[in-house]
Parts: sequence; C-alpha cells; structure tokens
Amino acid sequence: MALGQRLEKTTKAPGLRLAGETLTLDRCGGLWLEAHRTLIVSDLHLEKGSAYAVRSGQFLPPYDTRETLACLHEAVARFDPACVVALGDSFHDARGPERLEPGDRAMVAALQDGRDWVWIAGNHDAAVHEGVGGRYAETLSLGGLTLRHEPRIGAPEGEIAGHLHPCGKVAMRGRTVRRRCFVGDGHRLIMPAFGAYTGGLNVRNAAFDPLFPNGFTAHLLGDGRVFTIGRTMLVRD
Amino acid sequence: MPDIPPPENAPPETPRLPARFADWFAARGWQPRAHQLELLRLAGSGRSALLVAPTGAGKTLAGFLPSLVALAGAGRGTSTARGEARGLHTLYVSPLKALAVDIARNLETPIAEMGLDIRVETRTGDTPAHKRTRQIARPPDILLTTPEQLSLLIAHREAADLFADLRCVVLDELHALVTSKRGDLLSLALARLHRLSPALTAIGLSATVREPDELRKYLVPQARPAAAEDDPEPPAPLPAPSMAELVVVRGGAAADLRMLDTGLRLPLAGHTAWQSMPAIYALIRQHRTVLVFVNTRLQAEYTFQELWRLNDDVLPIALHHGSLDATQRRRVEAAMAAGQLRAIVCTATLDLGIDWGDVDLVINIGAPKGASRIMQRIGRANHRMDEPSKAYLVPGNRFEMLECQAALDAVEEAAQDTPDARLGAPDVLAQHVLGMACADAFDPLRLYEEIVSAAPYAGLPWEEFEQVVDYVATGGYALRAYERFAKILRGPDGLWRVRDARVAQQYRMNVGTIIEATKVKVRLARALRGRPGTVLPKTGRVLGEIEEDFAETLTVGDTFLFAGEVLRFEGLAEDEAMVTKAGPGTDPAIPSYAGAKFPLSTFLAARVRALIADPFAWDRLPRQVSDYLLQQRRRSILPGPRDLLVETFPRGGRFYLTAFPFEGRLAHQTLGMLLTRRLERARLRPLGFAANDYGIAIWTSRDVSERIGLSPGFLEDLFAQDMLGDDLEAWLDESAMMKRTFRQCAVIAGLIERRYPGQKKTGRQVTISTDLIYDVLRKHQPDHLLLRAARQDAATGLLDVKRLGMMLQRIQGRIIHKALDRVSPLSVSVMLEIGRERVYGEGADEILAEAEALLLEEALA
Repeated sequence: MALGQRLEKTTKAPGLRLAGETLTLDRCGGLWLEAHRTLIVSDLHLEKGSAYAVRSGQFLPPYDTRETLACLHEAVARFDPACVVALGDSFHDARGPERLEPGDRAMVAALQDGRDWVWIAGNHDAAVHEGVGGRYAETLSLGGLTLRHEPRIGAPEGEIAGHLHPCGKVAMRGRTVRRRCFVGDGHRLIMPAFGAYTGGLNVRNAAFDPLFPNGFTAHLLGDGRVFTIGRTMLVRD
Repeated sequence: MPDIPPPENAPPETPRLPARFADWFAARGWQPRAHQLELLRLAGSGRSALLVAPTGAGKTLAGFLPSLVALAGAGRGTSTARGEARGLHTLYVSPLKALAVDIARNLETPIAEMGLDIRVETRTGDTPAHKRTRQIARPPDILLTTPEQLSLLIAHREAADLFADLRCVVLDELHALVTSKRGDLLSLALARLHRLSPALTAIGLSATVREPDELRKYLVPQARPAAAEDDPEPPAPLPAPSMAELVVVRGGAAADLRMLDTGLRLPLAGHTAWQSMPAIYALIRQHRTVLVFVNTRLQAEYTFQELWRLNDDVLPIALHHGSLDATQRRRVEAAMAAGQLRAIVCTATLDLGIDWGDVDLVINIGAPKGASRIMQRIGRANHRMDEPSKAYLVPGNRFEMLECQAALDAVEEAAQDTPDARLGAPDVLAQHVLGMACADAFDPLRLYEEIVSAAPYAGLPWEEFEQVVDYVATGGYALRAYERFAKILRGPDGLWRVRDARVAQQYRMNVGTIIEATKVKVRLARALRGRPGTVLPKTGRVLGEIEEDFAETLTVGDTFLFAGEVLRFEGLAEDEAMVTKAGPGTDPAIPSYAGAKFPLSTFLAARVRALIADPFAWDRLPRQVSDYLLQQRRRSILPGPRDLLVETFPRGGRFYLTAFPFEGRLAHQTLGMLLTRRLERARLRPLGFAANDYGIAIWTSRDVSERIGLSPGFLEDLFAQDMLGDDLEAWLDESAMMKRTFRQCAVIAGLIERRYPGQKKTGRQVTISTDLIYDVLRKHQPDHLLLRAARQDAATGLLDVKRLGMMLQRIQGRIIHKALDRVSPLSVSVMLEIGRERVYGEGADEILAEAEALLLEEALA
C-alpha cells in the first residue's frame, strides 16, 4: 500500500451553488448554509437499534442514538448554527421518541438550547414527535431553497431532500470504497443519511434516474474530507 | 428403558472377537488388528479412547467394532428382537457430510454379511423433514451426522430421551475438528452427551498428531459433573478420568516422498511452478491416478489450464475446488471413484474425505506450509497402510525449495506441527447457551459445571459464563435497553427458559460456526452478436460461485480464470455474475480471487531457519538453493536459527528495510502495519510495505541505515514487544480484517442473522452493516463480549498476533543488522512481492482522491 500518497487532511469543504444560495458540504454529512446560519442534517433514524429489538428480537448495540447525537453535537459546536433542520426520518419509527433514554433526551434538549430547531416530517416519522422540543413542518423554504424529506420529480430548482440515503462506490486497482454521499446536478441536492446505523442506496440505482435525467455529481464523505466524484467513476453494487 | 450391560463384563486379558465376527474376518482373509481389539477391550470396559493411526490402518472399522459387537450381542442379534423401541446406541460425528454418507455405506457391508440386525442412518442438512421427525421418535441403532446437526439434536426438546441410552460416540478426523470453532461447538455438545448419558464412551479417531494429550482431554469430561438430585444412580465410584486412553498405531510403510527437481532454475518468488508442468504431466502419464494438490483456487485454475495445454494424449484430467458448482464437484468425485480419471487438480477440499483406493501418486504444488498437512495429503495415495504412499513436492520458487526440504525432513522424522489446543470461543458458547435453553429450562450453576467439563472451556471463570448468559438474554449491554425483550428469562424457580417459539426458531436458523463469504453465482450468458456488450441473462449454465467481494471489483470486459476457462465479465444481473467465454488466446487480466491460503506453520518455519543456518545441511538442497545461500553469505550475512536478520539499503531514491522472521504472511502483514506506524512516528516517512511468508520489506523516503547508525538501540526499540500494546490497539480499531472477524463472531453469537445463499438482497439494504455496528460498539462499550471474542480470534486468526508476540520475544537481543549498499539475494525475494500484494481496507481516502483527480482531468481535457 502506498502511504506516500497520503493527502493533506483538510476540513475545508467544497462549496456548491444552488438556486443562488451557497452550500457547504460538510464531511460529517451535514449541509451548512452560512448566509442563513442554518445546519441541515437528514435521516437521523434515532432509535433504530431499539426498533430492531421490538420488531425482530435482534439486540443491536443500543448506542446508535447517542452516537448520532454526538456527531451532531460535534457539527453544532463547529458551526454554532442559529437554526438546525432535521430533514425527516429523524426517528426510525413513530414510537422512537418514547424509547429515548433519559440521557439522550437531555442531549437533544441541550442541542436545541438557544437555537431554532425544525423537525421536517419524514415517511418513517410522519406524526408529530411528542416531548422532544423543536417545531414541525412538512417543508421549509429558505431563500430560493425548498427543504423536504422526499424528493419530488419535477420539483422546481432549489430542492434539498433526503430519504434515499445515497451512497457512492469507487472501484480502483482491485479495491472498492463505498461511502455515503451528497448527490446533485445543480438543480437539486440529495443529502446523505446522518444516522449511525443508516445504510445506503447506491447512486447508480434506478431510483436516482428520474431525479437526475441529465446526470449528476456525487460528493463522497471521506475520512478527512469530502471528495467530488464524476458519475462515470461510480460503480454499481 | 433397562440398562443394557456391556457384552463382556469381565474382559479377558487378550480380547477375543465373538465367533460371528471372527468368522467374518476370516472369510475376508483378514486378521483383526491389535488396535482394533484393544479398542474393543477398552470400550467394553467403559473407557473412552483416542485412536491415533495413519491412513489405511482400518481406523473407521476399529471405531465401530465395539458398537457392532455390543449391538450384535445381548439378545439383539436376531431380527425377532425388533418391535419394541430401542434407543440410539451409537453416534458418529464427521466433519464432512459426504464422509458420513460414505461411512454409512461402508458399514452396510459387514452388517449385511454377518446378518446383524442393526439399523444405520445418516442425518445431515439434506435429510428430509419426515425422516428427521421419525429419527427422533424411533431412532436407529447407529446415527451418522455432523457437528452442526448434533448441536441441533441436543437443543431438541426430546434430547434427554433420545440420548438417554447412548453408549458410544465416535468422533472421526478429530485432529481436523478440534483446532476450530467447530471443535469448540462439538466439545460443548459432547459435554451435554456425557451428562445425558453418564455411561457414554467416547472414541476419537485421529491422524498422527503432535499433542495427542490435547485430544485425549477433549474426549472426556474435565471435572466430574455435579450429580443430579433426581438421578437415582450414585455417581460412579471411580473419579472421572481427565484423559481418554491412548491407542497408537505406528507408521506403516514409510512414504516414498521426494522433491521434484527438474534441474531448471526456479525464480525467487511466485508460486505457479510453471517450469515444472511438463514434468508433472509426464508423471501423470506414468501413473494410474494422480491427485495434484495446490494451495489456492487460483493455483488450481492455473495448473488445470497448463496441464490441458500439454495434454496431447487427452488424458481425463479434472478440476476440483470449493468455488465450483456442487453438482460439478459430485460428478468429478463419482468419476474418480469409478476409476475414470487419470488426475484431479484439487485444493484443500480433498484433504479429508472419501477413500479412493486407486490413487497411486500424490503431487503437491507449491510450498507445503505445514508438515501435518503434507502428511495428510500424502496419505490420500494408496490407502493401504502396508504399501508406501508415493508423493512429490513441487516447489514454485527457490524459497519453496527450502520449505520442501524442511517438510521432507519432518516427514522423515514423523514430526508434526498440529496447532495448539484452543481456548473456547465466547461467541460459540453464546450460541450453545441459547441452544440449551431451547432444549429445556436450565439451572445456571449446573450448566456452568457441564460447560467447564469441556476441555476448551475448562478454564472459563463463572463471571464470564454469567456475561455470556446476560448476552444471550438481553445483548449484554451496560445500557439496559432490552430487558423487556429478553430472549431467555429467569423464572421464580431460578431456571432460565427460552422466551418463545420464535427465539427457538431463530436459534435453529443460526446454528453452526462456519461463516461463508457471501457468494454470487457465475453464469454463462449468451452474447448478442449484433450488440456488443449486451448479453441475454439467465440463458447459460451455472459454472460455480465467486466471492461477492471479488465480483464487486470486476468491471465489464475484465477477464479472469474460472472453472478451467478464461471468462469475460459481462455484468451483474440480480445476484449473478454474467460471463461469456473469452476468445481463444486471451490472457486473464485480473490476477486473483480469494481462496484458501495457508500461512507457513511455526514448526516448519523453525526448520527452514535451522536449514539456512546450517551450511552442513545444504548438500541436501538442490544446487541452485545452496548457491543462492552462499551468495547471501558473501554479500550480507546468514542469520542463526533464533536470530532476526534486518538489512537496510538504498535503492532507486528510496531506503529499504527488510527483515526475515519466517513467521508466515499473516503475522508479517500485522508486523508491517505496526512497524510502519512506528517509523512514521520516528519521522522516517515510510511509504509502504510488502510481506510474504518469510519476511517483510518496508520502504521509506528517509535514510534508515543512517538513523540506526546514529541512535544506538533504535532497531531494538523498533522491534520491542510493546509494539503489541497501544500501537496494536490503535491499528486493530481501524483494521478491516478486525471488522471481518467481528462480523463472524456476531453471526455465530446470533447478534445478526445469517444470510443464506440464494436469499435475495433487496434494493435498499435492510440489514445494518456490521461495520457500523462495530464502530458504534467499540466507541461505547469496548469491553463487550463480542469485541472480546473478535480480539481472541485476531490473536490466532487473520492477524496472527499471538505468533507475532512469540517472535518478538524470541528475537530480543538477537537482532542482527546489516547495512548494505544494495539489495541482498535474500531481500530480493520479498522485494518481488512489492506491488503484488494488496492490503484491504486501508487508505480509503487515497482511492477517493485518485477518482476525484480523474474527474478534474476530465473537466480540464
């Protein structure tokens, strides 16, 4: 292996223009809108581990919620946003908020303290969350941007959505690297899932085709920074 | 059910066969062998025994003889006795399903010829459900099965009844079983059998091993199980023995074993042995039936291809390895048994197994890697003990010549390198505990006593057993999140019970310790002539399976060797890899796909070191090897048998450090990762490393020789044992191999469910990747049972940390450094590995950056 090619680790994230707004793609998987001092994260899927215990009797380590919140805390500390938007599927199921451990519940409250917090409705958690603070919305407009959970075919320019958990895979020199990614075409941007236990759907899957009829660029979350990869370099699973 | 006394209550000093058996032996012109009679005597007096014998010694018959004699006697010999239900008398466990089926067939002959009323049946994964049900209700006298099926049987609600009358358990190929997690699982099942039937005799059958005592302990309970309150019988007056009796059959005829020396100059690296193919083909022509063993599937494919290129006589030469389609493999085996083949090129899949009488030559291509393995393979020829087995070792490079010579010496002395006894794995124990709850409510103290009676678990502290029970119940997390969903529950009576039928069903689906890599089928597709690159899926036949990981690295148009042909990859369709046959003369472009690769055994490594250190032994080596060693001595130095030689030299603007521990590729890869970290800290700017079975090479952009000269003790510090402390921990946490190990533990322990072959993946992954689970668990509960299990595996498995530790200890104060101005003969061998090996899972960002750069190029073009 070639350690010599070790790259300069940088946290400087690529900037992207969408509907006249400047977006910063962060390596944690969050999206930072400096002009609005707003941090967007998508598909937290809190309490996914405990949902498995309820549904199938699988006892996955019950630490996914605190891990997800810790990552979110790290990003919040870095950007100090005036507003945090959770772009839907914030809880893995409608009963998720009830199962929050007291410590994790306190962590959510601490994160919300002193800032605006918006839960966008998702398909896993369409109902209003009780007892976890913040306000609720189906969609949110921010400058020229429309924030919603599930992307809509034919939506006007400026849509930011989640839901699909995009992942990109690169195969080179007999090795593959598969990472969560942002995927966009200058018209819309789909965000990676933020949750610790959230898997991913390969961006070469047919589900992405109608959303990006003219191709797309993916931004893969590396260990040190975000990497911009052309569609032709991405392989199927 | 009444207790059936053993046939001979007072065994005579010289055991005799019952008349019916003696007549049968005589009719076949056979003499019962001493070890067969000895085993009969021991089992007759209720003592367990280990039979160690070479192949062809009549081991299997010896193992069954006590049961056949017992079942024939005591009024059970006449067919009129049939009618009332009899209990299961003898259980036979084999590592291979096919072996169990084959033994059942072989047993039918003596039973039929002696007219015995003994019912023999097999129980494998292929046994139909109605037959399984019937086998529980009305068991046969002798049941032949596998370790996994046995685990399922003892977890059955009827297990206590089924095994109450069990008198004998025969464990075949025990040496091959005990060194793995399968062996751990079997030891726990055996402990349960001993408890259900205290009069049980265990008979172990084994090839020659270095430490028979480990196997002797394995067969018998290590501490006397606590007497059950409801047991009317007082415990046996004799204290439970901690070792089974030992019966050893010495040698047979010495093997006629040689190294194939074609006189051609061999390269310093590479394993294909292409120079020797004509000589191998000539040997096949001169013999009746030849088994050609190789170490990896790639090598099998290559050898098969080469032999057919030479095959002007169109001799029937076949290919057999684990990736081929099962029906294809069965066809090859059947053709072999029928004597229709002249040669089979095969991998470890044929190391054990069915007796093919007609093999008159074994050829082993590549390094033998271990003395025991080579003896097992040699034993596949000429399955008659009194005739010598004939075999050739074929080295692929000059180092392998050394290794072959070391193996020849070892076989000559009948020395063995079987691995040490195992420490029972916690993940296997977790699976077993759930199984025991499925069988019946258990009392924890009593189950603990039973478990520590199994040799691999004899040292298990009570606290760790409690942790396992806690894990099975609610996942074993410090955060008590799953109390309400517990899989096993402790009742007011203090007994643990399984929660419901669904949990029991989950257990049954998950039993066993063999975790197969996820595979995809390889199917021949028809290319559409008009439209290049387009294929009709699902049209052709299935050629076999390849690991999903390998399939994922292929892109359309890649060519690779598989099933004896060069194939062109056309794409993935659902869960199948579509391929077409590549045009004639196409070279396979993709070098390899995963397959078994054994590391050099510790024992053989020590012999190779000794051989190198002793010039007087060199006259036994081929001339080209001794010349090579002489050159090394002239240009650098030859290390002593316990020394570590470190060479440093500049080359092409970089600085190299090579070291030769001879501890096998796995340990060297781990060593390479750790040394690189340390060199980085020493600001020597390491750029990469390569490893093979014999040594490692690390290259840096700063001068290592200079640093060694300037700071005394630098090398000693670099190789100091504390490398296995923080550096190892830090690396392990990120290592992809560690994640793979964790995944296996998680499946065995039932944390995540197995994926079965053929089970379709849904578009969106519904299963959570174990890598994600590993990362979260490591951060939040680093002492969790499954992380401990993964670490225990890493010590001996993919990372071979244990061996590395022994090496670091060995070389303390024995590092010999030689600063050179250019590469030495010894170092060339490992330098040739550079660029050939790939290390998984490291440097993902480098790969991404490279892909990103390509986008930039595209944009600027």
